[in-house]
Amino acid sequence: MNPENPLLKVRALTRLMIGPVSFGVGAGECVAITGPSGTGKSVLLRAIVDLDPNDGQVQAGDVIRADVPAPDWRKTVAMLPAESGWWLDHVAPHFQAPDRIRGQLPLVGLPETAMEWEVARLSTGEKHRLALLRCLEGGPKVLLLDEPTAALDHDTTLQIEALLKQQLDQGTAILIVTHDGTQAKRLAHRILRLEDGQLQRVAA
Amino acid sequence: MSNYIALTYTDLLLASIFLVINGLLSLWLHLGLERKLAIAAVRMVVQLILVGLLLKSLFSILSPWLTLLVATSMVLFAGREVWARQERKLRGLWGFGIGTGAMAFAGAGITVIALTTMIGSDPWWTPRFALPVLGMVLGNTMNGISLALDALHTGISRERVSIEAQLLLGQTRWSALRPVLRRALRSGFMPIINAMGAVGIVSLPGMMTGQILSGVDPTEAVKYQLLVMFLIGGATGLGVLAATFGSVWRLTDERDRLRLERLTKPKDSA
Repeated sequence: MNPENPLLKVRALTRLMIGPVSFGVGAGECVAITGPSGTGKSVLLRAIVDLDPNDGQVQAGDVIRADVPAPDWRKTVAMLPAESGWWLDHVAPHFQAPDRIRGQLPLVGLPETAMEWEVARLSTGEKHRLALLRCLEGGPKVLLLDEPTAALDHDTTLQIEALLKQQLDQGTAILIVTHDGTQAKRLAHRILRLEDGQLQRVAA
Repeated sequence: MSNYIALTYTDLLLASIFLVINGLLSLWLHLGLERKLAIAAVRMVVQLILVGLLLKSLFSILSPWLTLLVATSMVLFAGREVWARQERKLRGLWGFGIGTGAMAFAGAGITVIALTTMIGSDPWWTPRFALPVLGMVLGNTMNGISLALDALHTGISRERVSIEAQLLLGQTRWSALRPVLRRALRSGFMPIINAMGAVGIVSLPGMMTGQILSGVDPTEAVKYQLLVMFLIGGATGLGVLAATFGSVWRLTDERDRLRLERLTKPKDSA
């Protein structure tokens, strides 16, 4: 982790009531964003991944957001939204290579047969864990996670956190929005608080 | 048209008796339909008599500009109808513009080609040919486009989360919207596909029946009907495609984002 040259660089990002905010997340670093509901934590993540119109410069390594097509940007900087989306009847076709991912299902506390399940029968928590694997499948350099464990019990939450730590060890930068203060302490190297459109460092 | 039988106004008065009976039945059975029935019937009579007079004078004046004026207002009225039939519409001028533009492009375009080549009326814009053909083509294109746009806009708003999930996985806007787009195209195409399949067995089209009643040989009438059905099918297809692709283009942007704020919210109360 090199704080002088972070992997994800956000400069003067502005969207609706947010910003301008500037910050960075290093390779292998996890930064948590906290703050009261409705302050725009999800809005901030959506702006970084360019899902809503916004102003500012964002860079991931040597990839400058404005220089690449948005789909390429979102493969480099992947976001897991709070509500997971599904567009086909079964789980498997939502993955690029379902057979390769099958073996990773136990890592999120699901049996390998989950790949054959029907989306309509999944619980919110199951959907969310599958969506995390789907999000990781493309091998993004930066992960933006919006409440990734909100619908999960304590044990499964720890399992997901172990998977995320594994990602950090591989050099992924993680920006995580969480309401769970203990989770922020377990995972994050730094905690930022979003209030009145500005980010403030919270003393660890 | 040797054996054409002209109707007298007495004939029409006699025919209207059946409708009057319906109105009386409604009164007697307290159905509450008699008012609506009467208003609709009066509207029909007034509108058709006016359009008959209008067409009669247009046919005798034979002015290209007057014909163009009438054709344009037909397209604009159809455009308004498409706009009004959508639960969620594009905001601003786009809401009216995309449907109307698609109809002008497909409906009017195909009508002009048919008039200049297949029908070959002289001059090609002769209102006696141009306006009825345009009317039939527009009416069907209007149905297709309004069904397709309504399905598209409802689908996009309802499936925002799954569309954005696909965008977030690095898909382009066209690929992420393909499932919704396909459903919208299907609802736009369905009426004309069904109509083509059922024609001649279940329904005898009004135009063909009209020609036969006025003494045209049935095989000749069928040829005209086929021509019109081909035109209608082609124009509906092209119009539906143009309108839905235009609308998808408007509801997304060059950074592959979904721009739902460009869509109106449905009215909460009917």
